Amino acid sequence: MINQLSILLKKEKASSNVIYFSMNERKIKNSFFRIGIILFSLVTISMVFMIVGTLLYKGYHQINWAFFTQVAPDTFTAMMAKSSGQSIPGGIVNGITGSVYLVLIASLIAIPLGVLIGVFLYENGKKRYAGIIRDIVDILQGVPSIVIGLIVYIWVVVPITKGYSVFAGSVALAIMMLPLIIRSTEESLKMVPETLKEAAIALGTPYYKVILKVLIPSSITGLTTGILLAVSRVLGETAPLMLTTLGNPAINWNVSKPVSAVPLLIWQFYNDPNMVDLIWSSTLFLMAFVLVLNLLSKWIAARQKR
Amino acid sequence: MNSDKILKYSLFSASLLIVLISAAMVFSLIKGSMLSFHEFGWKFLISSQWDPTQGREQYGAMSFIVGTLLTSVLALIIAVPMAFSTSLFVAEYFKNTPLASVVGTLVDLLAGIPSIIYGLWGFYILRPFIVTLGLSPQGFGIFTSALILAIMIVPYATSLSNSTIMMVPNDLKEAAYSLGATRLEVIWNVILPNARSGIAASYILALGRALGETLAVTMLIGNENVIPTSLFGTGNTMASVIANQFGEARGLQLSALIEIGLLLFVITTIINACGKFIIKKMA
Repeated sequence: MINQLSILLKKEKASSNVIYFSMNERKIKNSFFRIGIILFSLVTISMVFMIVGTLLYKGYHQINWAFFTQVAPDTFTAMMAKSSGQSIPGGIVNGITGSVYLVLIASLIAIPLGVLIGVFLYENGKKRYAGIIRDIVDILQGVPSIVIGLIVYIWVVVPITKGYSVFAGSVALAIMMLPLIIRSTEESLKMVPETLKEAAIALGTPYYKVILKVLIPSSITGLTTGILLAVSRVLGETAPLMLTTLGNPAINWNVSKPVSAVPLLIWQFYNDPNMVDLIWSSTLFLMAFVLVLNLLSKWIAARQKR
Repeated sequence: MNSDKILKYSLFSASLLIVLISAAMVFSLIKGSMLSFHEFGWKFLISSQWDPTQGREQYGAMSFIVGTLLTSVLALIIAVPMAFSTSLFVAEYFKNTPLASVVGTLVDLLAGIPSIIYGLWGFYILRPFIVTLGLSPQGFGIFTSALILAIMIVPYATSLSNSTIMMVPNDLKEAAYSLGATRLEVIWNVILPNARSGIAASYILALGRALGETLAVTMLIGNENVIPTSLFGTGNTMASVIANQFGEARGLQLSALIEIGLLLFVITTIINACGKFIIKKMA
């Protein structure tokens, strides 16, 4: 195709004048580039549809009432059901409760701490040490999740809970949430008009009230967006949980005992050839949960902008 | 007045805490890897032997370092055309249209998909496809992992480059158009020179993402503790060897895994710091 074009162009060059030709060549290059950009962009976004499509297509049949109310079956039960041609009994309720529990405790640790540090950075914005703390937060955000798992294993699993536990998993997730919450807190505080703050100070409001009653309420949408994004980010994390909470075949509410989580169950199903059928529905569930949170936070942010 | 002080102190101590946490992280990693460091010294970095058999334990990180760098750099090379195209699509060709915001949101959604889902999709959909193409007998290996990693890091590579491309002053572009430049020439001669540090920084940060990615790679790379011999050969990365062997690791092996964790931490931090440094210089 391109060869033919260039032959055509060469013929044209011989017959017509040079300027006309070079203009044409530039235009052709231009439109080829445009087509290339559009094609590559389509390939990129088609990945979303391919992944979501696969999950929907393979995962929808196992989604039923039992899926949300029963714990994951053991491998023997699954094998029996599979060999008699039935679908695998049971669900992932131990994973769902575990995930919610882990994220809840992680949020209880990360949100207050993150908001405090965010306010601190906003208040001391231009100072040198604030810059250093910002750099540290950036480094923390870049630490691979598996390394965070290792560290929490050393900090919590070995000395404090003496074994895999909910608490260890929550600490790992909290460390991963912190940088996101700190950053979004600082950014949304910066959006609050300076005049609002000055007006409050001029009225003689004590400083802590300015922060608690003026700054934080007026940046609450930004805060919520950041928290939702952070939650959706850690909900799907698997690697750090493998090193900190391991998994549990039953529902557990004891913070010093291991717990399961949806991504951990997926990993377990993946490693067990009898459980293949349950993989896709669990994955679909996780994906839906994460994407809904993700889109919700985007929607809140977009509504705020308007 | 008292509450003011309490608030100020709590703000300060929270911030101090995060500094302490980060320092303690580095300290714990170093302390945990001491046992392995005393045993193998600097040889740990250049040896590619990995033998957990009791009695003749021998650990070296070379094959994992090579595996990690190879998959991540290959992933970046594959991701760049995709990321560059979507950036131009969103920030230049269809700037401020509904189409651009749809494409931008979809690309952002890629960042929201958990690593394990990419791994599963790669295992059940991409891997058979690689086998059908005849690229590798089992479908596992460096190339398959890099392909999945590439999709995963595209959103990280686009987010910053989009904003820098959008920030290129309109006057410059209009001046070029008025001289008769085509869109391609404007992109090549005006937009790229102006936005190149932002684009470079975002690709470096995406590389940092790829280095630490664990499960998707673990499920696809083949987990063989050797230096990969070809692009379609199997290998192992630093993150996946930790994920794979951590469960059974005790004593010296655990320490060796922690040392790998420390190495991974150092490498990603250096890469991320490079990216941030470029961003800072831009501002």
